[in-house]
Amino acid sequence: MQALTPAAAAIELRGIDKSFGVVHAVRGVSLRIEPGTITGIIGENGAGKSTLMSILYGLYRADSGEIWVGGQPVEMASPRDAIAQGIGMVHQHFMLIDTFTVLENLILGAEGGPLLAGGLAAARAELARLARDYGLSVDPDARVADLSVGEQQRVEILKVLFRGARILILDEPSAVLTPQETDRLFDILRTLKERGVTVVLITHKLREIMAATDRVHVMRQGQIVAERRTVDTGSEELAELMVGRKVRLDLDKVPVGQGEILLRTEHLSLVDDRGVRLLDDIGIELRAGEIVGIAGVTGNGQSELLQVLAGIRAPSAGRFTVCGHAIDTGHPGDPARMRELGLAHVPEDRLRQGMVAAFQASETSILGYQDGPPFTRNYLLDGPAVGAHCAELMERFDVRPRSPGLRSSHFSGGNQQKLVLAREIARRPRVLLVGQPTRGVDIGAIEFIHRELVKARDSGCAVLVVSVELDEILSLADRILVMFAGRIVGEVEPRRADERTLGLMMAGAQAA
Amino acid sequence: MLPLVNIALAFIVVGIIVAIIGVDPFLALRLLVTGALGSWESIGYTLYYATNFTFTGLAVAVAFHAGLFNIGGEGQAYLGGLGCGLAILALDRWLPAWLLIPIAIAAAALFGAAWAAVPAWLQAWRGSHIVITTIMFNFVASALMVYLMVNVLIAPGSMTPQSRGFAPSGQLPAIAGLPLNLSLALALACCAGVWVFLWHTPWGYALRTMGHNPEAAVYGGTNLRRMTMLAMCLSGALAGFVGVNELMGVHHRIVLDFQAGYGFAGIAVALMGRNHPLGVLLAALLFGALQQGGAELAFEIPSITREMVVVIQGLIILFSGALAHLPRPWLQALFARRAP
Ligand SMILES: Nc1ncnc2c1ncn2[C@@H]1O[C@H](COP(=O)(O)OP(=O)(O)OP(=O)(O)O)[C@@H](O)[C@H]1O
Ligand SMILES: [Mg+2]
Repeated sequence: MQALTPAAAAIELRGIDKSFGVVHAVRGVSLRIEPGTITGIIGENGAGKSTLMSILYGLYRADSGEIWVGGQPVEMASPRDAIAQGIGMVHQHFMLIDTFTVLENLILGAEGGPLLAGGLAAARAELARLARDYGLSVDPDARVADLSVGEQQRVEILKVLFRGARILILDEPSAVLTPQETDRLFDILRTLKERGVTVVLITHKLREIMAATDRVHVMRQGQIVAERRTVDTGSEELAELMVGRKVRLDLDKVPVGQGEILLRTEHLSLVDDRGVRLLDDIGIELRAGEIVGIAGVTGNGQSELLQVLAGIRAPSAGRFTVCGHAIDTGHPGDPARMRELGLAHVPEDRLRQGMVAAFQASETSILGYQDGPPFTRNYLLDGPAVGAHCAELMERFDVRPRSPGLRSSHFSGGNQQKLVLAREIARRPRVLLVGQPTRGVDIGAIEFIHRELVKARDSGCAVLVVSVELDEILSLADRILVMFAGRIVGEVEPRRADERTLGLMMAGAQAA
Repeated sequence: MLPLVNIALAFIVVGIIVAIIGVDPFLALRLLVTGALGSWESIGYTLYYATNFTFTGLAVAVAFHAGLFNIGGEGQAYLGGLGCGLAILALDRWLPAWLLIPIAIAAAALFGAAWAAVPAWLQAWRGSHIVITTIMFNFVASALMVYLMVNVLIAPGSMTPQSRGFAPSGQLPAIAGLPLNLSLALALACCAGVWVFLWHTPWGYALRTMGHNPEAAVYGGTNLRRMTMLAMCLSGALAGFVGVNELMGVHHRIVLDFQAGYGFAGIAVALMGRNHPLGVLLAALLFGALQQGGAELAFEIPSITREMVVVIQGLIILFSGALAHLPRPWLQALFARRAP
């Protein structure tokens, strides 16, 4: 009895098990999270990270196993229980109401009385305190719709703290952030830790693990396969533990001769309803057999450029040609027509654009190609052909589980991304537009996706990649264009580029 | 399974209410069931009502799959009746039944679709919300029909506002002495057709994509405006078939208010049937049985009025709706539309 009893763990999971039908998502996971630390959880797509955290947060019920919080066994029947235990979760997809102010969002579900005014005043005071204590400043009266993604995420964190959480779970928080915003997020997390908050962080980015965490757990196929103190390990070891083999992210690209121009834009501009110039006089050329990367801080027109080129939005001025066919304000394109011309598009936001959450995977696997053969014959959809097509994509792109009949939303985030990518690349397009190709996918899949993009390029496809990941652009692209405030402000050769000069250009410091 | 639980719950509550007004609930239940299914005649009536409910239930379901809430089934059914009635009044002296019947059915579909097309157009191009416009169009349809019947289509010398009778070539084959007619076959065909359309054609695929996620539909190359028109026209055409059942099958002339209540009940039928054609068919049978059994019940036990039957229907809707959390997607769709 002399031995010091160690302080109770903030969270302890004992033998947690969870299956969805035949998919055994979490297999007997036990893990201990010390109070006041930042713990990282990494693992392949579909390893069960989100499921495990959803169990901890009361969104799913474990089939068996126990959850202990602060040394006490607890029942987690719903998020309400989790919140009562001081556990809060920031979801990858924000749960904010766009038309409400920050303050209104904050008190949603915790209004504090029948009259809003009292609750609002109390919340304002509390918000000021949180801002002071944790260094989380947001204008309480700003409309959420007007905030940047990084700020919206801060509101989500504030919402959790506002409810008194002492344990914060973040599921891939940086997937939607710019590198600068990510840095700021980690500053916030470190402050939270200093104030005694326990943080659990799921991410695919090993450099974030190395930079922010104290401990890291590696999951594979529903199990914890390794646990390390962050100071004792490195990115390479973690990558190997995750995937079970060595990962090589450097690409051997053989230079390809200059091909014909497949996509060319001339003075392309886009002005929105409020008169804001989103695209300004864009002139780019994309040749067969090259990958052009567009670097830039999110919100400088990259998304709009992809939308215009894919035919989703019509340009306000200027024109562009795809495989020799002109599109301008008088002859607007539409997504169906662009596909006919041989253009494929992997949208940045797969959940909102690239798939239908409620559809089966097989239905998602033909989105945009449903009208023609081989999927439609004699005006009827050929169910077996669609299913076989999906199974083939899943095989080739290693989408797990291989169940064409499963609801699309029941796939893990990274596997959804792989399915959408597979759908577009498998059409062997002549022009391929890719937004955030590896958002949310694991490091093994990044390697695979990059190889596939290079393969497409080698077979003569013209590839345009938009990504917030500078390393990705640097390793993939044959040419890099930098976008700032809706304009192309410069072109760089990747061999001569480095992150610093690119960063300066992206910040609009100089036009090269 | 869940719908059965819901129905059972509703019946228990109804039983309690019936007991409160001093009627033996088991007697009432027996009268209701025998009234709906006790004889060939009552079964015939049940099926006839179910036919109407199937048409309007399918109409609501098709629109719902496109993310549209069509509350205008009432008006579309009314206009559908006008369409087939006009076709028959114009042609029944010249055409034989085998030619006239398909033409009249097509006219019903066309008029119903046209009545839905206007609100659809207003939403797709002008941004007026379809829930509001379809409701307003119910009133417009009602006023239009009264005007036409009183001033234009009334049979010469008639005191009631109804048209002249259809010639036999404009009447659907029916079972002698019963309102049950060939429209039932049309309703079954519509169920099968809607199923094939929604789940086995590229248009149905695009329609459902739009209903679930309009942004993905745009990405997939679907023109939302055109798809809105298509979905609403199909929905209106289905509702319009109520006119076929009522006018060509039963009244054999154009009358007023033949559609009363079926359009709105269609919302409940679709809700209960989970917007699936088979579910709609089963729900329509239940509502048909309630309609017919309820009428018998009100006839046998004076203290149970027609309104009581409406209460029963309401309770079933409440239980199958509220307990099954079905309105949630509608609300989500409504919010999603507001914040693009
Ligand atoms: N609701 C569900 N129904 C059926 N299967 C599910 C459901 N949710 C998750 N799964 C399956 O459970 C497994 C684990 O999924 P989970 O989302 O936890 O993975 P993950 O580790 O978060 O992956 P990612 O890094 O891609 O987000 C996957 O195979 C997934 O398909
Ligand atoms: Mg996940």
